[in-house]
Amino acid sequence: MSAEPLLQAKDVQVHFPGRGGWLGRVRGAVKAVDGVTFDVFRGETLGVVGESGCGKSTLGRALLRLVPPTAGSIHFDGQDVTGLSQRRLRPLRRRMQLVFQDPYASLNPRMTVRDILGEPFDIHGLARGPGEREREVAALLDAMGLPREALGRYPHEFSGGQRQRLGIARAIALRPDLVVADEPISALDVSIQAQIVNLLVDLQRERGLTYVFIAHDLNIVEHVSTRVAVMYLGRIVELAPSAPLYRRPRHPYTQALLASVPVPDPERARTRLLVPGEPPSPLAPPPGCTFHPRCPHAMERCRRESPPLYPLGSGHFAACFLAEGESQQSSTAPRSGGADGVLAQSPSSG
Amino acid sequence: MTPGASPSGDGSLLEVRGLAVELARDEGRVRAVDGVSFAVPPGGTLGVVGESGCGKSLTALSLLKLAPQPPVRVAAGEVFFQGRDLLKLSDEELRRVRGRHAAMVFQEPMTSLNPVFTVGEQISEGVRLHLGASRSQARERSVEMLRQVGIPAPGERVDAWPHQLSGGMRQRVMLAMALACDPSLLIADEPTTALDVTIQAQILDLLKRLQAERGMAVMLITHDLGVVAESCDTVVVMYAGKVVEHAPVRELFASPAHPYTAGLLRSLPSLGGEVSEAPQGPRRRLRAIPGMVPALGKLPSGCAFRERCERAREECSRVTPVLERKRGGQLAACHHPVPAS
Repeated sequence: MSAEPLLQAKDVQVHFPGRGGWLGRVRGAVKAVDGVTFDVFRGETLGVVGESGCGKSTLGRALLRLVPPTAGSIHFDGQDVTGLSQRRLRPLRRRMQLVFQDPYASLNPRMTVRDILGEPFDIHGLARGPGEREREVAALLDAMGLPREALGRYPHEFSGGQRQRLGIARAIALRPDLVVADEPISALDVSIQAQIVNLLVDLQRERGLTYVFIAHDLNIVEHVSTRVAVMYLGRIVELAPSAPLYRRPRHPYTQALLASVPVPDPERARTRLLVPGEPPSPLAPPPGCTFHPRCPHAMERCRRESPPLYPLGSGHFAACFLAEGESQQSSTAPRSGGADGVLAQSPSSG
Repeated sequence: MTPGASPSGDGSLLEVRGLAVELARDEGRVRAVDGVSFAVPPGGTLGVVGESGCGKSLTALSLLKLAPQPPVRVAAGEVFFQGRDLLKLSDEELRRVRGRHAAMVFQEPMTSLNPVFTVGEQISEGVRLHLGASRSQARERSVEMLRQVGIPAPGERVDAWPHQLSGGMRQRVMLAMALACDPSLLIADEPTTALDVTIQAQILDLLKRLQAERGMAVMLITHDLGVVAESCDTVVVMYAGKVVEHAPVRELFASPAHPYTAGLLRSLPSLGGEVSEAPQGPRRRLRAIPGMVPALGKLPSGCAFRERCERAREECSRVTPVLERKRGGQLAACHHPVPAS
């Protein structure tokens, strides 16, 4: 992994008009993504975890400019892509791709596999003639472990796992640099999930891909990720290399999340830490730290101030006042995610 | 036979014997559940695990004849519950069992709640029907049940509509509804699958507490081996309509006998459990089960798992293995089980 970031998100915000009440009138904004800052380095996998509604999918789409960010900036390979027109984005689209959760809904049911996988080459004019297109598509099938006979078949003729292989094939067809995978295995059966994870891992190794891997399954995210960002209500509450995040989580939400995962081992003592309550509505987030109503360690200050992401050394960041004492404000190395993370999420008084 | 006892006389609350369920398809009838047998003792928790299409949900639905007939048809088997074969009961008799002595909760709390009745009305319905409670008694019971399942301000929430509640709250309402008549068996089909992990933990804990308080038996259908490990005493593993392994939970996880069970367990990444040798680079591969689940009606001869099985030999394609004792309390349907570890 080089120290040069492929993707840089700075204070990215995505707001949607919040509707409710009589005839769904607009009542304020849902801050789906509320000031997210991080770098994604070449060749790494940045895992993004969080529960439904935390903004992780919206973030993934914003990174690819599939939803426009309300504020903040996104740099891809050194270029500011935040305000680029669709026309100027097109050459970059080839280099950043998305793998969807539902491989059935994301493949056109009326197109054959040949055309589904050939289309990216047509759009970007990358195949010289039908012969080369056919060779490229066949090579993709081989890389996915799918038989060549698949070429003339339609999506409904495939199982869920095979369809996800097609979705991945389409995403990597044009040899992108960055792939955002949004819950790529959660719709699949347990025995198939491992196959798809292995495929993604192999492709990364062979093609030097950089992944943003969005999922709610903490076990899988740990397995595939170099670093992991934990999101709660539109913000990153913790960001760290995978091993320290799972061994010694610093944010109480991360701790609760990890303790909630059922362990497939009846012998292991259950140290389940139950967090009470549910995530609050993003239409009316609580003041201060948005996790404070559910946090076992909440202090008076947490109700008033929003904690910044404190750098704790070795690339570990946590947005919790309990971590403030360990904070190493001055010694943040540029490769550890950037001190911008702190500056971008300055405390707001409530 | 004394009332309340199972035919085998071992004191089971529920005993399923040789259940076979068929589905009508364009290409003819396919057997989706094939010779399934298991028992649940009073107060016990049986986990039924398997992947989509393995027949676990259809088994659960068929016990209470809740699957639409046609296209579903129970082709064979007995379902002894409190000493009576549920499959032989009239619709009227069965209605007195369902929701009263045996209740069910489903994965999708939104689709299982009626959107045009309040939460209180839906809980009250069963209480009035089965326990003959008056309107005000039933309402009181509804509030009490909402309190028991941990819904804040139950006196107000009793008048809430389903759409006003979050997914976790709806699942709590489903539990309140299911438990309102104090059933001795709860069949829970993927009750936490649609929920976030912190909410899932709350619901599983709640279920465990209520079960202990009431001495209620639970049949838990799930695809999540973590949920099974934490919640169940005994586990049934299903594959392609058949039970392939049946074992006490500790034995199953410590030393799975069927290659399919072993494969499922091996394919799981463990949480925080291992030191990665290359923390910066691409990660290790998982030990996946090759191939995919065969389609019903297109099952291979012999053992349905053999095409994906690394232990398969010639006889696996000729002779269908039957479920038999392999070691301790462990039953498996396999000619070449995984040796004890």
